[in-house]
Amino acid sequence: MNIGQNRSLYIYVLLYFAFLYIPVMFLPIFSFNSGIHMAFPLKEFSTEHYVDMWNSPKLFDALWNSVYVGVVSSFSATILAFFAAKAFTKYKFWGHSFSYGAILTPFLIPEIILAIALLVIWVQMGLPLGLTPIIIGHILFCTPFCMIILIARMEGFDRNLEEASQDLGEGVLMTFWRVTFPILLPGLIASFLLGFIISFDEFLLAMFLQGSDQTLPIYMWGQLRFARRLPHVLALGAVIIVATCLVVMLAYWLRNIGQPEEKKDLTFKI
Amino acid sequence: MNENFIEIKNISRHFGSVKAVDNVSFSIKQGEFFSLLGPSGCGKTTLLRLLAGFEAPNQGEIFIDGTDVTSMPANLRPTNMVFQNYAIFPHINCKRNIEFGMRKEKLSRQELDNRVEEVLSLVKLEGYEERFSNQLSGGQRQRIALARALIKRPKVLLLDEPLGALDKKLRDEMQIELRNLQKAVGITFVFVTHDQSESISMSDRVAVMNEGKIQQISDPHDLYYNPQSIFVSSFIGTTNFLSSKTGIRNKNSIMVKIESIGEFSIKNKLNIPENSNNAVCSIRPEAIELSTTPIEKGDIILEGQIVNSSYYGELTSFYVKVEGVEKPLIVSSQRFDNNSFQDNKCYIGINFKDINLLKKE
Repeated sequence: MNIGQNRSLYIYVLLYFAFLYIPVMFLPIFSFNSGIHMAFPLKEFSTEHYVDMWNSPKLFDALWNSVYVGVVSSFSATILAFFAAKAFTKYKFWGHSFSYGAILTPFLIPEIILAIALLVIWVQMGLPLGLTPIIIGHILFCTPFCMIILIARMEGFDRNLEEASQDLGEGVLMTFWRVTFPILLPGLIASFLLGFIISFDEFLLAMFLQGSDQTLPIYMWGQLRFARRLPHVLALGAVIIVATCLVVMLAYWLRNIGQPEEKKDLTFKI
Repeated sequence: MNENFIEIKNISRHFGSVKAVDNVSFSIKQGEFFSLLGPSGCGKTTLLRLLAGFEAPNQGEIFIDGTDVTSMPANLRPTNMVFQNYAIFPHINCKRNIEFGMRKEKLSRQELDNRVEEVLSLVKLEGYEERFSNQLSGGQRQRIALARALIKRPKVLLLDEPLGALDKKLRDEMQIELRNLQKAVGITFVFVTHDQSESISMSDRVAVMNEGKIQQISDPHDLYYNPQSIFVSSFIGTTNFLSSKTGIRNKNSIMVKIESIGEFSIKNKLNIPENSNNAVCSIRPEAIELSTTPIEKGDIILEGQIVNSSYYGELTSFYVKVEGVEKPLIVSSQRFDNNSFQDNKCYIGINFKDINLLKKE
């Protein structure tokens, strides 16, 4: 059957997109609406909430914390995931599937369980809560995502290329630097960006493990208690949506760079 | 010319219980085109990788030009390799691929450019400097892989089935080109292949391998006409095997009896013992004379029935059933075709000198 001729499928797809995007569209719409109430009819166009946002030092503290946590945890997760992906794609070893499953576990078990477990252990060890435990939690949580991306990228990696480099006189480190790293770079960047996004909007771990330092999602959650503060959270939300879209598009573009045409992936799967 | 340019002494490489290379010793001469020939899984590629330094032997030693390289890592060996899939680096262009191994030589830009130009003209790919691997055909990739190895001026060039991925016509051309290239540069080539015709058309000497062991090392002519085992005889070209019994020995000759064909004295090059039931006579299809009318001259003259034939263009193979002989004999002929024989009746003649006496394995 030709899908193009089936009208009901078109309607289904339209409804699906409407359901997915209309709620999200309310954020930017109300963020430019003057006044503090999220209600129709809209009043006049205004950028006051953006000015308000710009003048919230606490927001920028939280943003900085989130960026810091995101960069450190995603960078670490990408390095760990690279080693794991290398092992899984290059070697067959005892415990291969077990360790693969074990690394994927944080991705499968409910996040709240992970959050409680980390909190209990951290407090038991008598260590202060704050950004460090959040980073550790995020590394744990991001590594499986990064590993899946890198395995997909590295499965097609030709081992002969590394041998060719050795054959041409390069040792292990220079082979990595001149051959492995540049060829896998787009995949590594995609892995880093995805890890960053996951860490950036992660709520539960950050909620449980926060000390006095808040990440952006926690800050936003806190602001929702004050009706007056709501509009500048909307403005922030709108900015984050745009930034996230840009990052995802960049990651998607990098993933396919240097891949042969037939291997290009039209879906951004993780 | 150094007779023992590459010396392989009692080399073994085992993977678990599999003896990929099993106590192999031989030497390769300087400037020689040397082939390692054998069916897949015979250990030829493992042996090449041992020479390149990608595998470490479980036992034994390898010397190249007098230096013990047994425990030398691949990046320090005076060998370069052309990989089966060419392994052209996809992220850099041809020029940078070719220059890849020259980093440590610290040449000036001008010298390096000259060297690149020199090898590119050697492999006839001038003007391809800026291309990337995915813009090249299989044959061009192979030339780049060759250039990338040759620019290093290695003592030994290792080639792992480099012609396997090319179509037949290109493969035939590359066989001649590789041979000419080897003569021009004078580098010792060690060439791995499973294609017997390729190995005998290109090589100075061929080592036939099976199950991790060297079966025979000979020049191509000897390999074809004086195979030392049933394996070599059947792996190189086509041949007829006839079970035989040996009789009395007389200096270099021995009496041989083949059921329904006859009893005669032939050369005993392989020292087959007297009164053995384990002898086999090998006769090449093209060594058998075929005729539509009774043959007058010949050591053995037989009458047969053609039961089957295959046409190959330049020749036709006939399957000739001789009364009392276990299998039909394969006889190839350029003169006759399927319609030449009346009632499929034919006459064949065999000369003693074309019979090779071998031992059953």
